[in-house]
Amino acid sequence: MPKKIGVLALQGDFAKHQAMLRLLKIETVLVKKPGDLHGCEGLIIPGGESTTLTKLIQKCNLYEPIREFTEKHPIMGTCAGAIMVASTVDDQRIEPLQLIDISVARNAYGRQIDSFITHVDVPFLKGSARFKTVFIRAPKIRNVGSQVEVLMELHGNPIMVQESNVLALTFHPELTSDPRIHKYFLEHFLSTQALL
Amino acid sequence: MEKGTFEIKLGLSEMLKGGVIMDVVNAEHAKIAEEAGAVAVMALERIPADIREAGGVSRMSDPALIKEIQKTVSIPVMAKCRIGHFVEAQILEALGVDFIDESEVLTPADEVNHINKHQFKIPFVCGCRDLAEALRRIGEGAALIRTKGEAGSGNIVEAVRHMRKVVGEIQRLTALRDDELMAVSKKMGAPYELVKKTAELGKLSVPNFAAGGVATPADAALMMQLGAESVFVGSGIFKSNDPQGRARAIVQAVTHYNDPHVLLEVSAGLGEAMKGIEMKDLPEEERLQHRGW
Repeated sequence: MPKKIGVLALQGDFAKHQAMLRLLKIETVLVKKPGDLHGCEGLIIPGGESTTLTKLIQKCNLYEPIREFTEKHPIMGTCAGAIMVASTVDDQRIEPLQLIDISVARNAYGRQIDSFITHVDVPFLKGSARFKTVFIRAPKIRNVGSQVEVLMELHGNPIMVQESNVLALTFHPELTSDPRIHKYFLEHFLSTQALL
Repeated sequence: MEKGTFEIKLGLSEMLKGGVIMDVVNAEHAKIAEEAGAVAVMALERIPADIREAGGVSRMSDPALIKEIQKTVSIPVMAKCRIGHFVEAQILEALGVDFIDESEVLTPADEVNHINKHQFKIPFVCGCRDLAEALRRIGEGAALIRTKGEAGSGNIVEAVRHMRKVVGEIQRLTALRDDELMAVSKKMGAPYELVKKTAELGKLSVPNFAAGGVATPADAALMMQLGAESVFVGSGIFKSNDPQGRARAIVQAVTHYNDPHVLLEVSAGLGEAMKGIEMKDLPEEERLQHRGW
């Protein structure tokens, strides 16, 4: 049985995550309503605007269903998705899902003119080449709880962290053609048989 | 570390997908837009319907106004410059706006050339009426394409025409043999490499949004079903009698564009939409969509 992964599709670059998962032969479901989570074995919250995601998660009655889903299943948030899974955010406009013990600052590198691409070591994938990290009006992870493992860092700042079955990334692996991080998410949290 | 490259520009266009970009004329409007769930705001002195009414030369907004809006909201702030007016664009870049709209809504500054958008570090969006126009703008460096529609008309008919045209022309391209693409490119007046790439992809190489005449949640969902990946709403929100409610409803309509039950729910009880203009009452020479080449 192929694994089915949900991609929260309220707003943002969900189609890019979907394309990456398809490349890995994973079935995807675009999640817009609580019922769409049914049968999913994991969930990805994509990049987009976190104020918009806050509104739509509430409007679509997805706040509690996503929290409940996470009790049993893994979840990965990229950029705005990382803001949404955080425990605290430096902005009252955001109501994060509080799934991982990190505090996040929005747009912490500045405006679009400060968006950047760089290459970063991936120590958690032993012997693997550096990853092309795309930061678009990206947040910063300011503090991590004692149970949170830092998987990637840029200039001493955590940019990819994990606690239990929750992964948060401040950059966009879905905007590259490199599937290693998506593969890690699937292999690490689901059975490795999920992949080819 | 790279900054300001085309890939980074395209990254922001991707983040705006599935969303609504709203025209705002002051900080208060901007706040309403953000609270309603807009993915970005377009800061301008007058919304298109009022520009149309005021007449005269319409220019880039006062940077002080844009700055105030930047201070008020956390979402991306876009601003318009005149077609071909690369100095207005330089000023907007210096101001740090997140996106520049080289827009037919303002009075063109150059009747031959558009801006060379590759020279800028921030992304540009441009309007189009057909595929050739879209590809010329992408060739100049636009990281996002939108339909022109007819701004400030409150009438969706032109945006529908433009979206159907672009999507239909792409479909026809995909049916052609490789050796026919050069002749097509010549006939279209569009760069060959982009014609070829579009034929291969079966879609534009940058995101494709809708704009110009969206007044209701149903208009927004119609554009999404026709192939738009996000929707700009100009006059439609703040020319209606319940901007908050309408803005929220349009945001939901874009997310659930394929779900008539949600569209029904969000369309009910919104009060009056903007009045709008019948196209036959709008002489050709007053149509903004004819600006740009």
